[in-house]
Amino acid sequence: MNVPGGIDGGRAAVPLGLRFLLLVVFSLSLMFVDNRADHLSRLRQIFSVAVYPIQIAVSLPFKAWQMASISLSDQVSLLNENAQLRSEQLNYNVRLQRMAALEAENTRLRAMLDSSPRVADRILVAEILAVDLDPYRQRFSINRGLGDGVYVGQALLDANGIAGQIAGVDTFTSEAILISDADHAVPVSVNRNGLRTIAVGTGDSRRLILPYLTNSADIETGDLLVSSGLGGVFPSGYPVGQVVEVRRQPGQLFAEVVAEPAAELDRDREVLLVWTAEDIKQSAETTVLTEVEQ
Amino acid sequence: MRDPDTDRVLPLSTFVLALSLSVVPLPGVVATFRPDWVPLIMIYWVVMTPERFGLFTAMWLGLAADTLSGSLLGQHALAMLVVGYLCLRFHLRIRVFPVWQMCMSVLFMLAIYEFVLFWIDGVAGRTVPYVERWAPVITGVLLWPLILGILDRIRQDNKARV
Repeated sequence: MNVPGGIDGGRAAVPLGLRFLLLVVFSLSLMFVDNRADHLSRLRQIFSVAVYPIQIAVSLPFKAWQMASISLSDQVSLLNENAQLRSEQLNYNVRLQRMAALEAENTRLRAMLDSSPRVADRILVAEILAVDLDPYRQRFSINRGLGDGVYVGQALLDANGIAGQIAGVDTFTSEAILISDADHAVPVSVNRNGLRTIAVGTGDSRRLILPYLTNSADIETGDLLVSSGLGGVFPSGYPVGQVVEVRRQPGQLFAEVVAEPAAELDRDREVLLVWTAEDIKQSAETTVLTEVEQ
Repeated sequence: MRDPDTDRVLPLSTFVLALSLSVVPLPGVVATFRPDWVPLIMIYWVVMTPERFGLFTAMWLGLAADTLSGSLLGQHALAMLVVGYLCLRFHLRIRVFPVWQMCMSVLFMLAIYEFVLFWIDGVAGRTVPYVERWAPVITGVLLWPLILGILDRIRQDNKARV
């Protein structure tokens, strides 16, 4: 890479201005291609292998710190944590038992209705690399890449709800875009009444806005928003956020609705990658198209 | 004995260090003030040793920064190229400036760097950030005398060892 061999010193045959122009044209065309199409993903993967050591080196001290704080924490707090985890697990086990019965019932009912059964999602835990991307965009890198079967557009969850989706895949890492990024939107439905809308990020990790709700829409503070599954990216039924503010202004057509993401976007260390069944995805995509047309 | 004119260890390690520092996680408010390490280090090497480091170095560093930050491939490269060109063009003058005047030229170059990034974000239709974008320019300039002092010193040591 950075060959300090002096290829570009003062003695070159091509004058400085011309070399500058050529390189500028080169980088402009790179950007143009990168923005328009996906041809550069191979190139990006090659570069990403080259800078991977840097990413690892940067996140190493933070990992070491975590390890140290675990190994140095005293026995009492570990025992406490253990007890707490046990009780939590018991709690979840009880719920799971009910879940199994419900799932069976659901499959049976769906079979009676002649609709396709919902296949369980496959999940993989990914660790967030302690690497800051552009501070103005809500993005981060995770330690799973092409080798793990990660694909662009794949949904990311954390323990509390939907966190984001994969925006780019490299050889060893992937870049994720959070639901709070200003360029991101999630199709949601209100859990109380099934009202469908879209939650758009703001760039603030504790704030989503719902700009497409009319003043007369049935929505109130405290409503739980779950992913609707339309759009085919996110599996349906996972919590996205909770409405914290509804402002209706008589003169305006649309209400101002603000929601807080359910996922702890600014505190996560691990996220879950979700694989949904392909056929569900396809049918959902056709649904969303007809939905949007209306 | 290492010859300071062909020594690759120091420049390469500063480049890698600058790239690492540009992605080290910082708490929210501090991250806004994260200086532009990569152009700062590049400015130093291009101004001081233009016969060794020039436009290609700038472009490679920029591409590495693009890959690390996940921006458009070529965005940082273009910004670095512009700064690198200015450095090459004016290195004789910048080198003999007193420190405060050097700081002014670094301020100017970092501002151009940020402006190019900002402009490309806008053209590519990415969400354009706010006023805080200019904070790194200020911290970068404040750091410049430090970088200059430390690197000059190490290089002098190198020279003395020959």
